[in-house]
Amino acid sequence: MKVLVPVKRVIDYNVKVRVKADGSGVDLANVKMSMNPFDEIAVEQAIRMKEAGQADEVVAVSIGVKQSQETLRTALAMGADRAILIVATDDVHNDIEPLAVAKLLKAVCDEEQPGVVLCGKQAIDNDMNATGQMLAALTGWAQATFASDIQLDGDSAVVTREVDGGLQTIKVKMPAIISVDLRLNEPRYASLPNIMKAKKKPLDEKTPEEYGVDVSPRLQIVSTGEPDQRKAGVIVGSVDELVAKLKEAGALA
Amino acid sequence: MNFGLNDEQSMIVDTVRTFVEREIYPHEDAVERTGHVPEDLAQDIKQKTRDLGFYACNFPEEVGGGGLGHVDFALVERELGRASMALTHFFGRPQNILMACEGEQRDRYLLPAVRGERMDALAMTEPGAGSDVRGMSCSAQRDGGDWVVKGAKHFISGADHADFVIVFVATGEDQTPRGPKKRITTFLVDRGTPGFTIREGYASVSHRGYKNMILDFDNCRLPDAQVLGEVDQGFAVMNEWLYATRITVAAMAVGRARRVFDMGLAYAAEREQFGQPIGKFQGVSFQLADMVTEIDAADWLTLASAWRLDQGLPANREIASAKLYATEMLARVTDATLQIYGGMGLMNDLPIARFWRDARVERIWDGTSEIQRHIIGRELLRPLGA
Ligand SMILES: Cc1cc2nc3c(=O)[nH]c(=O)nc-3n(C[C@H](O)[C@H](O)[C@H](O)COP(=O)(O)OP(=O)(O)OC[C@H]3O[C@@H](n4cnc5c(N)ncnc54)[C@H](O)[C@@H]3O)c2cc1C
Repeated sequence: MKVLVPVKRVIDYNVKVRVKADGSGVDLANVKMSMNPFDEIAVEQAIRMKEAGQADEVVAVSIGVKQSQETLRTALAMGADRAILIVATDDVHNDIEPLAVAKLLKAVCDEEQPGVVLCGKQAIDNDMNATGQMLAALTGWAQATFASDIQLDGDSAVVTREVDGGLQTIKVKMPAIISVDLRLNEPRYASLPNIMKAKKKPLDEKTPEEYGVDVSPRLQIVSTGEPDQRKAGVIVGSVDELVAKLKEAGALA
Repeated sequence: MNFGLNDEQSMIVDTVRTFVEREIYPHEDAVERTGHVPEDLAQDIKQKTRDLGFYACNFPEEVGGGGLGHVDFALVERELGRASMALTHFFGRPQNILMACEGEQRDRYLLPAVRGERMDALAMTEPGAGSDVRGMSCSAQRDGGDWVVKGAKHFISGADHADFVIVFVATGEDQTPRGPKKRITTFLVDRGTPGFTIREGYASVSHRGYKNMILDFDNCRLPDAQVLGEVDQGFAVMNEWLYATRITVAAMAVGRARRVFDMGLAYAAEREQFGQPIGKFQGVSFQLADMVTEIDAADWLTLASAWRLDQGLPANREIASAKLYATEMLARVTDATLQIYGGMGLMNDLPIARFWRDARVERIWDGTSEIQRHIIGRELLRPLGA
């Protein structure tokens, strides 16, 4: 079975995000970029499937600027076998929308015929949480979102999902789209031998035109702003004081 | 000319940085408090480094190492330099001088060191002989077919964890027109060899938990099989292998300076006095400007000297410049950052005071600043006959 893992190049989770002066978005020039952490979890899961003999090939795919090649090399260094880069823009500030990404991934699925697509539940840059679901709709394959555990069972996958108030376990028929959540696994570091091997692994470069997909935006970003500053708190000395303060603030009758 | 990192180098940097942040930073405070690295933690760091394929990354692949060149290795050291040396010691990088091992020495020392099964330390310095290595009094006499070693070494880093020590010993004296000159031989000495003891050294203000030890040789008998390289050729062995380790001191200084600088920068942007962030005062922002400029300069000086080694170009002068400048830069950056933190910077509650203390030794070990200047001056003037 082949596992397809879409990976996105996003602003590094350690970087303090700054809104551009004109409010058109977040400043990404000269900022450290990394693989979306949820996608790292997906790559890890795919490699574990391969190590367990459940998968025979792990293919990573990324859609975005040419520099996404670095993200793919990281996936290869973690243990993916080959990579596909679809260069969809040359502007780092142009975030390709979920629908366009899903259409491109659908085209890749048609070509590659994976047994399962493992993707991050969302990208930490825009938190859309949409691509996996859209891909499931476009392919007509089963979907399981927010996976915290995945067990393969013949031609099905048993997926534990983190839902409000607890865990839900569902069984989906493969091929399936599974979006992964934080607690599924702890991604490995890229080892030195694998870093050195990554360069020799195949990385195909494509364009959206080759797949006949129009990636022009359909959404308009009206404005981007800093979150409200949190006001400084106060440390209270006793429960009585706490209750008094809450009453003062109108939070308690 | 290309000043960027390639894909592999970026991944190496990323992996080591992430490792250091996740596996080392969380334990730093405890090491600082206790001056001690618990054995299970040491083994854990070692095992994780092995799993990552980074153990002995400075050794060629033929002997089981990571096969990194000098620039790549400097990048690794730069990231490791951010963290406590007591802990990164177990992200093992054995002394590259072990490549001089021959025959069965490879099986007894080189290969187990690269696999992380045996740890090494390196001993030149004596109470009476520091910068003047040749002035050493630790000596070995022939007795039967063996050598009998007498004397002591001090300040020997990592000897507390060492399974064997690479020791430089005087094995004779030549009469030269400029007076007597000692001949030096390099020996491999196993812990537990009769007549050889390793004991606690001094309490250093720099790098708590990264201990320096005293070695005593009391008629310690060593067969010829323990000679590393040729008898009386200790200086040749030293010159061939040891100057590259000064790059690692420079690279670590750069990494540590960046970590400290980022803290100073963040504090300058956050701390308010007179109704505004202190970074808005030119007196503070100019300090930051100088700091980042010097860090960048030291960074490039260091990588460029490593690059020269990779190219097979002469690099002794350049490495001395990098070691000199990077370690003195670190002193200025840690001092200025402490100043930006004000009184809080001096308190052990924050790591700033630790970085400031740790920085001090860098200008002393692996050749003092004066000795680096001496090397640079000599390389400049010798061709002119001066
Ligand atoms: C924490 C620590 C760990 C160490 N680890 C090791 C180790 O693992 N193995 C090892 O072998 N050694 C180790 N050393 C020793 C270190 O390399 C020496 O301390 C260093 O070479 C200086 O020697 P010294 O301390 O005897 O100073 P000295 O050589 O006595 O120097 C005293 C002063 O005189 C100056 N001076 C000396 N000669 C000249 C000259 N020709 N021109 C101008 N100035 C000069 C020096 O620069 C210095 O300022 C360690 C030292 C420390 C502090």
